[in-house]
Amino acid sequence: MLDGLEIVELTGLLNNIKAVKTDGFSLMQICATKIDESYEILYTFGKGYDIRNLKTVVREGEHVPSITDMFEAAYLYENEIHDLFGIAVDGINHDYKGTLYRTAEETPFR
Amino acid sequence: MAAKRSVIPFGPQHPVLPEPIHIDLVTEDEKVVEAIPSIGFVHRGLEQLVTKKDFGEMVYVAERICGICSFGHGYGYVKTIEHIMGIEPTDRARYIRTMLFELSRMHSHILWLGLMADAFGFESLFMETWKIREKILDMLEAATGGRVIFSIMRIGGLRKDVPDDVMKGFLPELDKVVEGIKACEAAFLSDPAVLGRLKGVGYISKEDAIALGCEGPFLRASGVEHDNRMRGYAAYGDMDFKIITSDEGDSYGRCYVRIHEIYESASIVRQCIEKMPQEGIYVPIKGFPNGEHMTVIEQPRGGACYYVHASGKKFIERMRVRTPTFANIPALAKTLQGCDVADVPILVVTIDPCISCTER
Amino acid sequence: MTFANFTKTELKNLFRKPATDKYPNGPASLKESTRGHVSNNMDACVLCSVCQMRCPTGAITVDRKAQTWTIRPFSCIQCRRCVDNCPKKSLSMQKEYTEPDQIKKEQVFDLSDRQKEVLAEQARQAAERAKAALEAGKKKSSE
Repeated sequence: MLDGLEIVELTGLLNNIKAVKTDGFSLMQICATKIDESYEILYTFGKGYDIRNLKTVVREGEHVPSITDMFEAAYLYENEIHDLFGIAVDGINHDYKGTLYRTAEETPFR
Repeated sequence: MAAKRSVIPFGPQHPVLPEPIHIDLVTEDEKVVEAIPSIGFVHRGLEQLVTKKDFGEMVYVAERICGICSFGHGYGYVKTIEHIMGIEPTDRARYIRTMLFELSRMHSHILWLGLMADAFGFESLFMETWKIREKILDMLEAATGGRVIFSIMRIGGLRKDVPDDVMKGFLPELDKVVEGIKACEAAFLSDPAVLGRLKGVGYISKEDAIALGCEGPFLRASGVEHDNRMRGYAAYGDMDFKIITSDEGDSYGRCYVRIHEIYESASIVRQCIEKMPQEGIYVPIKGFPNGEHMTVIEQPRGGACYYVHASGKKFIERMRVRTPTFANIPALAKTLQGCDVADVPILVVTIDPCISCTER
Repeated sequence: MTFANFTKTELKNLFRKPATDKYPNGPASLKESTRGHVSNNMDACVLCSVCQMRCPTGAITVDRKAQTWTIRPFSCIQCRRCVDNCPKKSLSMQKEYTEPDQIKKEQVFDLSDRQKEVLAEQARQAAERAKAALEAGKKKSSE
């Protein structure tokens, strides 16, 4: 039911996102959802009024590659996912190391 | 000799900030070289509450994400659930929703004008704009019963009808509001002292605004013609309005865009009242939502995304709200680089920060 | 004339009455539909506890044994859901705002004596009907 949804493997994520960027889309949001023991990460891109979604599944303990070298503003969303869900993101350009959300509980949504 | 770097903490408590956000300003003399934002002071975990409240009750929680954009949050959540469940609200419900949405956009923009006047030290202008805003709050109170939290949304339509004579009474009030804003516009857009504080402050180019994912008046002030209302949700497809843009790209441009959006919103409210259809306001719903959907709507501060993942139970698995302020923070951090320390308060206010929305 | 832009408005405001209400020293200007606080007409309430089930914040407690209806005004969010769902229309939304206080106190409504009698009478009749139905059932099974 999501507009232009594509489900991709974690290993092919960066290549897919590169293709979206080549088409001229910009990043709208990144969010994580906890489904049982794994996490779904949803990337939403927009161009004008068009929307494209990419979804990938991350299992406990797996690392997600950062997309900040393609979309500069992604650092905020990636830090958010790290701070709220405890999913490790590798290679963020501005890695706040858990200080974006200063919550009492370390990873409240985990 | 290179200047010594020092770090000035800005916030979470600061006279210009109505809500807590913390920014570490790395400065060289009077120039800011880097800004590091940090949020989480009002993180209430409302997104997680969706797994503990039934999906009908969640409307009240969604409305309380923020006090200023409350109608938009309630609407975004309800619209997403309605899409998943395949419900089409009645025409009258669509029109009343649009009318209330535009009234809340007006009061949000006028609130911002007041805060801006306060940030550059024009006390009487601040008082005057908020006095005008009071008229809109009175209209909203007459229509819904609440001044900031309306509790009128419901999945499938509205909980309460707004009588036609009450809506007709809004028309002369709207004229007074527009007249009042016209008087303030002269002070905002042509007073030399105000221009000195606004012109050229916090410039962001069209390319940067798109690349950094800016939203709302912040994006439109850089000359990008993008307004999610053009997607035609609610009754916006039947309305006649134009997108306000400015090529200035600075604080002055943002001020210009917001003031002219108030006039457009007033015109949309008038059109809604004149074309108001006569029929029911509520479509009964059956069962529980099953599926996922993302809705993008235009909040006063910019585009907001609502994502709901439901699996056919009473409780929803995940709700996610991407608010415009969250999307504007990277651009804010960028504009803060290279500005004077004295301009920081104006720059922070200029994106219309809504921290409660950002942290949920 | 750029300097005189706002001067006219300012001068007008100087000689105008205040735009604000003197609340709480004077009355607040409230609208017909203002949601202030919830009140219960204990002459009509039947303690059915629908309001308790519908309340999103759990601010209402119905005690059938003690025949009381209790609301915690500091938990109530004035959403009107209890009023809209009340089957006897005994709940109503009043315009006046809840009063500030130093402690989060509860507001207890006792069932009126007349309503207590009505409910007792209804309970007696219901018991009689149940008894009659039971006896009728017994008769049928013995036949």
